[in-house]
Amino acid sequence: MSNQGKMDCGRRRLIVATAAVGGAGAVAALVPFVSSLLPSERAKAAGAPVEVDISKLEPGQMMTVEWRGKPVWIINRTKDMLETLPKLADAVADPKSDKDQQPAYCKNETRSIKPEIMVAVGICTHLGCSPSSKFKKGADEGMPGDWLGGFLCPCHGSTFDFAGRVYKSKPAPDNLEVPPHVYLSDTRIVIGVDKKEA
Amino acid sequence: MGANTNSEKYKSDGSLQGGLLEWVDARFPATSLWKEHLSEYYAPKNFNFWYFFGSLALLVLVIQIVTGIFLVMHYKPDAALNANGVPVAFASVEYIMRDVPWGWLIRYLHSTGASAFFIVVYLHMFRGLLYGSYRKPRELIWLFGVGIFLCLMGEAFFGYLLPWGQMSFWGAQVIVNLFSALPVIGQDLSILIRGDFVVGDATLNRFFSFHVIAFPLVLLGLVAAHVLALHEVGSNNPDGVEIKKFKDENGHPLDGIPFHPYYTVKDIVGVVVFLMVFSAVVFFVPEGGGYFLEYNNFFPADPLKTPPHIAPVWYFTPYYSILRAMVWNFFGLPAKFWGVVGMGASVVIFAFLPWLDRSPVKSIRYRGPIYKTLLAIFVVVFFVLGYLGTQPPSPVGEKISQVCTLFYFGFFLAMPWWSRMDKFKPEPDRVTK
Repeated sequence: MSNQGKMDCGRRRLIVATAAVGGAGAVAALVPFVSSLLPSERAKAAGAPVEVDISKLEPGQMMTVEWRGKPVWIINRTKDMLETLPKLADAVADPKSDKDQQPAYCKNETRSIKPEIMVAVGICTHLGCSPSSKFKKGADEGMPGDWLGGFLCPCHGSTFDFAGRVYKSKPAPDNLEVPPHVYLSDTRIVIGVDKKEA
Repeated sequence: MGANTNSEKYKSDGSLQGGLLEWVDARFPATSLWKEHLSEYYAPKNFNFWYFFGSLALLVLVIQIVTGIFLVMHYKPDAALNANGVPVAFASVEYIMRDVPWGWLIRYLHSTGASAFFIVVYLHMFRGLLYGSYRKPRELIWLFGVGIFLCLMGEAFFGYLLPWGQMSFWGAQVIVNLFSALPVIGQDLSILIRGDFVVGDATLNRFFSFHVIAFPLVLLGLVAAHVLALHEVGSNNPDGVEIKKFKDENGHPLDGIPFHPYYTVKDIVGVVVFLMVFSAVVFFVPEGGGYFLEYNNFFPADPLKTPPHIAPVWYFTPYYSILRAMVWNFFGLPAKFWGVVGMGASVVIFAFLPWLDRSPVKSIRYRGPIYKTLLAIFVVVFFVLGYLGTQPPSPVGEKISQVCTLFYFGFFLAMPWWSRMDKFKPEPDRVTK
């Protein structure tokens, strides 16, 4: 073909065009395969709200429920626990909850609707482990001596206070997420929705 | 060459002279492949102990594939709970261990094989560092090797989810969440990997598919490329000099000996010793003291509760320590992102060795005190990082791992300078003993 030093430009253009069309087809063929990796319709539908009865949750206790496959904590904070929050304003990374990790109605000092009841997704914002509760003050549970109580993530050592606010200079970038939730009555919470259903 | 389709192979009536082998050779390059890669592949005659680990890695690959084939016959990748409230996947592994005849052996061979694979491959890579096996003209061999290493890490990671124990679940949760640290695309990418908003059945099934189909195929292809590239340029040796420089009248290197029978027989010794150690582990300490099979993985996965201490299997812990060592925000990006970058870079940086090392000699035998000292410290640092990665996070551990991380990257990134400054001994023309 080009052995006489002349290139057949028409043929060459055809080859390039054919390769381009074929390449586009190959890329388009990726779409169904990659899309099949996304959450299925069933997985998307599985996020139903969860109703919780907290009447048996004593002050200082915590319970865990499952919502969308994640642990959600409900903590009945004592007055003592709540008093630690203002003291930690300089020790935590986002004291005023400026980052969008909670619904607007929980962007307050206690990160909750009712001051004593904390609702939070128990998943560390670093890499998704579930932190353990370290409620006792001081070094009793293996924490530093000036520990005021809160949570420790066992994976990479991030620490959180009783409002789920992350301490400074820890691997976790954000405060724990507060899920949308609403009180049906004094002792019944629905997690996963913002408003009482009419 | 055996594959010439020349006329003397055929009788006058067109039928073939000779036997079956000739018949095959006229249609497939059997004899020429045999010669090219075994009986007439000339390898340097001065291979030492360190040269066992390439063939041992192949052996472990075969063990993993064969045991894997049989495990798949009984294993079920299903995260749903069975009638007893135990995840089906977890129960099927218990079933293999307790009810399948010899299932315990096949499973322990596979789980021990995973750790053995990394031990052998780490020693194989260290051999490369000792004798400069990655240097020109063997850069591509090294790059294929790094590809194999990455593939192996993928295999190990995907495989570790399959027993669906607590460590499986939370390990996968952590590693998949690493990807969410990437800016902009991170969150969507980690959902794409999991196939769900949390690690679940969809994740288990796709990891199973990756573990038994996709990655083994890529791995085999890379191994073939690794060996082909090696046989194209020829093996390095403990002296780091090219044996092709001096050839006899037949064109064979004076310091080379045919791979078969010399090294095939030598490697049998390595195989026997390896299998002795390997069997001892499989039969007497299959859990490897909690390092090969972690104790927390004997509990079924519980998405609501992270075990009090989670750590990856030992072969990932050096990189995991580097991940944990990054606790500062830089350039407006969170520490989490830099942890992931550090961890990824600590593995990928090996690929750049051929271009980072500027020393005029290849082998440690002719390199000076700088290389010997730094390499020794590097090995210590690697072990310290590995040890710290198995431990719960602590303030002291964090500081030590930060110092080690600094050295780890310094070793590589400053190599273009320090590798040139050393005192070198003259290389011999031909290999020594």
